[in-house]
Amino acid sequence: MRVVAAMIGILFLLPGHIRGQDVSELLARMKSMEARIQTLEAEVRALRGKPEAPAPLTASTDPQVRSAEPLPGVQLAPGPQLPYYGGQAAAAKIFNPDLSVIGTFLGAAGNPRVRPGPSFQMRETEVALQAIVDPYARADFFLSFGHQGVELEEGYLTFPALPGGFQAKAGKMRAAFGRVNTMHLDTLPWTDRPLVTQNLLGGEEGISDAGLAVSRILPAPGGVFLEGAGQFYRLFGSERRSDVLAVGRLRGFRDVSESTNVDLGFSFGHGSSPEVPSPALRLYGMDATVRWKPLRRAIYRSFIGRTELVWARAAQPEETARAFGYYVSGEYQFGRRWSAGARFDRSERYERLLRDTGGSLLLTYRPSEFSQLRGQLRRTRYGERVTANELLFQLQFSLGVHGAHPF
Amino acid sequence: MRIRFSWILLALTLAASAADRVSVVTTTEDLAAIAREVGGDHVAVNAIARGYQDPHFVEPKPSFLLNLQRADLLILVGLQLETGWLHALINQSRNKRIQVGAGGYLDVSSAAEILEVATGPVTRAGGDVHPLGNPHYWLDPENGRRIARAIAQRLSQLQPNDAGYFSQRFAEFDRRLRDAEKRWDAAMAPYRGRRVVTYHRSWPNFVRRFGLDVVDYVEPKPGIPPTPSHTLKLIQRIKAENIKVILVEPYFDLRTPESIARQTGAEMVILLPSVGGVKEVKDYFQLFDYNVTLLAGVFARVK
Repeated sequence: MRVVAAMIGILFLLPGHIRGQDVSELLARMKSMEARIQTLEAEVRALRGKPEAPAPLTASTDPQVRSAEPLPGVQLAPGPQLPYYGGQAAAAKIFNPDLSVIGTFLGAAGNPRVRPGPSFQMRETEVALQAIVDPYARADFFLSFGHQGVELEEGYLTFPALPGGFQAKAGKMRAAFGRVNTMHLDTLPWTDRPLVTQNLLGGEEGISDAGLAVSRILPAPGGVFLEGAGQFYRLFGSERRSDVLAVGRLRGFRDVSESTNVDLGFSFGHGSSPEVPSPALRLYGMDATVRWKPLRRAIYRSFIGRTELVWARAAQPEETARAFGYYVSGEYQFGRRWSAGARFDRSERYERLLRDTGGSLLLTYRPSEFSQLRGQLRRTRYGERVTANELLFQLQFSLGVHGAHPF
Repeated sequence: MRIRFSWILLALTLAASAADRVSVVTTTEDLAAIAREVGGDHVAVNAIARGYQDPHFVEPKPSFLLNLQRADLLILVGLQLETGWLHALINQSRNKRIQVGAGGYLDVSSAAEILEVATGPVTRAGGDVHPLGNPHYWLDPENGRRIARAIAQRLSQLQPNDAGYFSQRFAEFDRRLRDAEKRWDAAMAPYRGRRVVTYHRSWPNFVRRFGLDVVDYVEPKPGIPPTPSHTLKLIQRIKAENIKVILVEPYFDLRTPESIARQTGAEMVILLPSVGGVKEVKDYFQLFDYNVTLLAGVFARVK
C-alpha cells in the first residue's frame, strides 16, 4: 500500500520536475541516442548476416550492371542471364565440365632422314574436360585426336587436400619425371620434344600410363618450396601385373628476387619386369629452370632457361644398355607478342648406343592469348652419320576455357 | 635463469598470438588492403599479385603455395580476372579450407556492384572479354565498402569470438571511407563530364563514380595490343573531339600512348588501378587520394 502511494506521489511530482528541465533539449538527446542505437543495430545485423534496414544503395536498372542489392544477408538477385541454348533443361549444363579444344597444326619442309613425317599434319587436337567431382575430388580428362586415332592422353582423379597435407591422383597420367615429360604439346616451348625424351623417355608419348601418384609439400627453410612425389605406373603398356615403374621426384623452388626464380628437380625411375635381370629400367634425372620476368613489364619481357639431364640403364634379355642425354634451352620474350629461342640437344640411344645431336632456333608470334604461330629451324646429326635440316611450322589455337596445367 | 624463462614465455605468447590470427591470402593488393582494414591485428594478410603487375597475367609460382597451404581464407576478385592462374594454385595448395565452395573461399564480386555484364552473344572475337562483368570493380569506394563488409562477415564466421572486433573495425572503416568520399567527390566535382581515353577497360567503376566519360581505348579490343590502324583512328578522334587526357595503367608499354599524346597534344596520365602501384600508395585510402589528386591536378591544368 505504501509503495502504491509513493508511486502516485512520484507521478504527480514528475511532470513538475520535468517542466523544470529543458524538455526540448532532452527530447533531442533521446532522438540522437535512438538514431545511434539504430545505426549500431544495423551494423550488428549486417555483420551477423541479417537484413539491414536502410539500404544506402539502389539497384541499377541498367542491364549491363549486376547490382549486389539487396545488401548482405539477403540472397542476391541474379544478374542478366546469357541465353540458354536448348531450353530450360539446359540449366543442368551448369554441372557440365569445362570444355576446351586446342588444335595443333604442323607443317614441315626438308629431309627428315631417320625420323620421317608428312609435310602437313593436324598434329594433335586436344580436348580437355575438367570439373570438380564432389567435395573431395576433381577430375581432368585430356583426349588427344591425332592422325593415328584417338587416345586418352591423361585422365585422372585428384584428391587435392588429403589429411597430412597429401595430394593423390589416380588414373592415366604423365609421370613426374623431369619437366618436359609432364608437359602437353600445347605447353611445350618448341614444336617437338627434345631428343632425350624421344630416345630415353618413352618416345613422343613420354612416360605416361595408368598409375597412382602421391605428393606432399615438405618443410624447408628460407622460403624454399620443396615438394616430394611418389608414383607407380604400369610399365610402358605391359599387360603383366608384375611390370611396374616407380617414379620419385624431389623438387625445390625459390624466388631469388621478385623477378627471378630457380626451380631444381631430381627424378628417379625404377622399372621391374620378371623377363629381364632386375631392374629392367633405371632412370635418373636432373632438371633446372631459371625464370626472369620483371613484374612491371611481365606481359612484354621474360626469359626462361631450361636444362634436363637423364641417365638411363635398360636391362635387355641379352645385354644391359646405358645411355645419357640432355638438352639446354632458352626462350626470350622481346615483345608482347614475340619471343625467340634456341635449344641444343644431345642424346644416346638404347638400341645400338648411337648418339644423336641437334640444335634448333625458334621464333614465336602470339596474336592473342588464344593462338600462336611458331617456326623452328632444326638441324639434327643422327648417330647413323646423316644430317637432317628441317623447317617446322606450327599453328596452335584454343577454344573454350582451358584450365591451367599443373606447373 | 629468470631472464631465460621470460624469453621463453614471450616466445610462447607471440606464437600463441600468431596462431590465433586468421591467415588470409588475397589475389590482389587492393583486397589485401581492405582485409587489413577490417581484420586489424587479428589477421595476417598476404597478397599474390603486386599492385604494379597486370593481375590478368600472374605466373602461378610454387612459392605462392607456401602461404596458400596454410591459409584460412582466400579472397579473390573473381569475374574471371584470375582465371589463367588462380585455380592451378588452389588445386595444388593441399588446403581443403580454400577449395572452391569451402568456407575459406571468398569471391567478393558477389558483394559488389558489377558493370559491363554481357547481355548479348559473347565470343572471343571481342578480345579477352569478361562475360560476367568488368572485374575492376574495386575502383569505386562504394564497392570498397561492400567488399569490406563481405570480408568482415566471413571473418566473423571463421572466428566467431572476434565478430565484435571485426564489426567495430568495419564500422570504423566505413566512417573513414564516408569522410574520404566527401573529400574525393568534392575534389572531382568540378571535372564531372570530362572526356578521357583509357588504355584498357580498367576504369568503368571509377569513371562512373566521378562522372567522367571514357570515349575510346588505346587497345582496339580488351587484351589486344594496339594496332597501327586503330591508333591512327584514335589519334584522329582525339583531335576531332578535343580530348585532353589519356589514362594508362602502370604495367602497359608507354610507347603507343606517349606517341598518341605527342601527336594530339593530350596529356598521358599513369593512373593506379591498384594499391602498391607506386611505393607511397600503401592502402585503399591512399589509392584514391593519389588518383584523385593526380587527376584533379591534370584536369585543372588542361582545361
